[in-house]
Amino acid sequence: MTLATKRAITAYTFLALPLVFFICVRLGPMLYMLVMSFSDWGLLRKQTRFIGLGNYVTIFSDPVFLQSLGNTMRYAIFGAPAVIAISLSIALLLDLIPKGKALFRLIYVLPYITPIVAVSWVWRWMYLQPPLGVINELLMAIGLPAQGFLNSPDQALQSIMAVNVWAELGYCTTIFLAGLQTIPKEISEAARIDGANGRLLLFKVTLPLLLPITLFLTVMEGIQFLRIFTQVYNMSFQAMGGPLNSTKSAALYIYQKAFTNFEMAQAASASLVLFVIIMTVTAIQLKFFDKKMNY
Amino acid sequence: MKARKGLIFTVLIFLAVVAAGAQTVTITYWQYFYESKVKLVDELIKKFEAANPGIKVEQVTFPYESFNQKVAASIPAGEGPDVITLFYGWLPMYVKGGYLQELPPAEFNKAYFDKTYYPFVAESVDFGGKYYSAPTAVRTLALIWNKKLFKEAGYDPNTPPRTLEELVTYAKKLSKFDAQGNLVQSGLLMQPSGQGHSWLREVLFRQFGNLPYSADYRKVSYADANGVAAFKWYTDLITKDKVGYPNFATDDVTAFKAGKGAMNIDGSFRIATLNAVKDLEWGVAELPSYKGIKSNYASYWTHGIVSGTKGKKLEASIKFLKYLTSPEVQELWLERVGELPATPALSEKYKNDPVVQPFLKGLAYAKASLFVDEAGQRTVFVDMIDEVVLKKADPAAVLKAAAAKEQAIIDNFWK
Repeated sequence: MTLATKRAITAYTFLALPLVFFICVRLGPMLYMLVMSFSDWGLLRKQTRFIGLGNYVTIFSDPVFLQSLGNTMRYAIFGAPAVIAISLSIALLLDLIPKGKALFRLIYVLPYITPIVAVSWVWRWMYLQPPLGVINELLMAIGLPAQGFLNSPDQALQSIMAVNVWAELGYCTTIFLAGLQTIPKEISEAARIDGANGRLLLFKVTLPLLLPITLFLTVMEGIQFLRIFTQVYNMSFQAMGGPLNSTKSAALYIYQKAFTNFEMAQAASASLVLFVIIMTVTAIQLKFFDKKMNY
Repeated sequence: MKARKGLIFTVLIFLAVVAAGAQTVTITYWQYFYESKVKLVDELIKKFEAANPGIKVEQVTFPYESFNQKVAASIPAGEGPDVITLFYGWLPMYVKGGYLQELPPAEFNKAYFDKTYYPFVAESVDFGGKYYSAPTAVRTLALIWNKKLFKEAGYDPNTPPRTLEELVTYAKKLSKFDAQGNLVQSGLLMQPSGQGHSWLREVLFRQFGNLPYSADYRKVSYADANGVAAFKWYTDLITKDKVGYPNFATDDVTAFKAGKGAMNIDGSFRIATLNAVKDLEWGVAELPSYKGIKSNYASYWTHGIVSGTKGKKLEASIKFLKYLTSPEVQELWLERVGELPATPALSEKYKNDPVVQPFLKGLAYAKASLFVDEAGQRTVFVDMIDEVVLKKADPAAVLKAAAAKEQAIIDNFWK
């Protein structure tokens, strides 16, 4: 055995452990879920039979499931780009200031490192109706009418989305800042000598060089918003995803199917649908950005 | 030689353990976490164990929200408790799921339940002549009011509204708004997700001359003209009179405790909670009547024995269940938790207690809805009220759609 083979064997051994773990706690249950999604497995039924695509028919004819899918897409389509745009702006501004960068960075990252449950509840209270909610008090102090926020079917989703955007900013800003620091000074200096102004520098040099990081963050945030659960669970009344299912995400629908209605197989089917959506969205994002990267 | 000695020793120890194990039976008891109940049961277990040497009881509790999840995950796997206390609205689900075993029919039969319990209890624990559970205590609804806010509004703090008409007048006068017209003090707290859905379901519908369900609760029938009138009366309080709205000041109990709500419809289980609030002067009255019709909603938690429990454990479980439902425990339950004895005779001596009496009166004519999916059926009501309040939908159309939705839940369960 050569030294190289020995080394390779050692490496494989170390790599095998996480692989076993992955197969047992991720892949195994996923395959089981796939199989069970074709059955009528429910905790209240004594026997489980295979019913083909029956569960998929059931969930796709359930208006609440369709609504939760729509809500999920809304969270992702508006939430993820908002996080990227705002955090990029903050990172660019932070990069400009000579002093106090660490302090600002800390302020922006704080929401991200705070537990989501705590963040959700504090915001839930701030969103309350008069006479209790801070935000409505502020609105009224400047002469604006009080808003429904979490109590209104038209505003609740946006209210929850805003909290998640705010919480995710810290993470994205930090990554963008790190990305900005990897851009060699020589490139921007050369551009300036060639006569590029600030705007040209931003659009032709900085942003293109940040593209790989932007891609990474878009994918991560896309997944994050598509899987949104904790915020909705904690911010909607009695964790129902209301009012009138207006904030219910696909993940919360799955949870309720499984642990309130005990329809495990229907929950499995819905999970699979969500899984396919996340995979598709991610694949599209990767493909789209991959092409543009070769500028 | 040495090895053999060791083996004999091990076998002897094993036999000793088995013998000791045979002498003491340990049973597990589950209930949801409600502080006063958990503390009381801890004491009851001590008394029970002293009276029954050889039986040990272990109490395990879970939060209300996750209780059914624990049950559904554990009992089919044979991991669960021996004795369990569940909300009566979950009984059909538990019985259908095969989680509970029939109580010994020699003792727990129709004659026993008819003799021992209120009629609504005897009706709702009966599954085709089979009995799977027995309760200790029952609860009803009542009107509770804040005496201080009554005084402020110029009302006699000891005279609550007696009829629905009076209730509306009082509620309007007790509501306060800010300059922008936002409600800052609710005259009558409107919380469908709390007791509000039961008030509408079993009280208002009936008072407006509607029969909300067939006798066996398998047919929904509240979507007629009288039902619509009741439903409209309820939602008008929110949309027209604006005396309260769902989730005002987070929820009705919080609002009432904080003095932001003047009146509420709540259950007898809240007595201990409200007594614990300093400086809160509150009164209890029978639910307001309408056109001379009185109605009330009763509910209870009930004790059953899990299907996998056998032999010695089963014997011990039956003993424990009998103890939990005994007159002695029923009285302790009222003193310490606030829930009323499930045996009518035991309430006699409390009939002059100002706090307990209104709840007791309600028991005489209360109905206990037979739920098949308590959470799902509650959501139907919460959502139909939201449809009218938040989306300005037409009450008659909404009620019709809701009735169809609830009917589908019921049909799906019994199919």
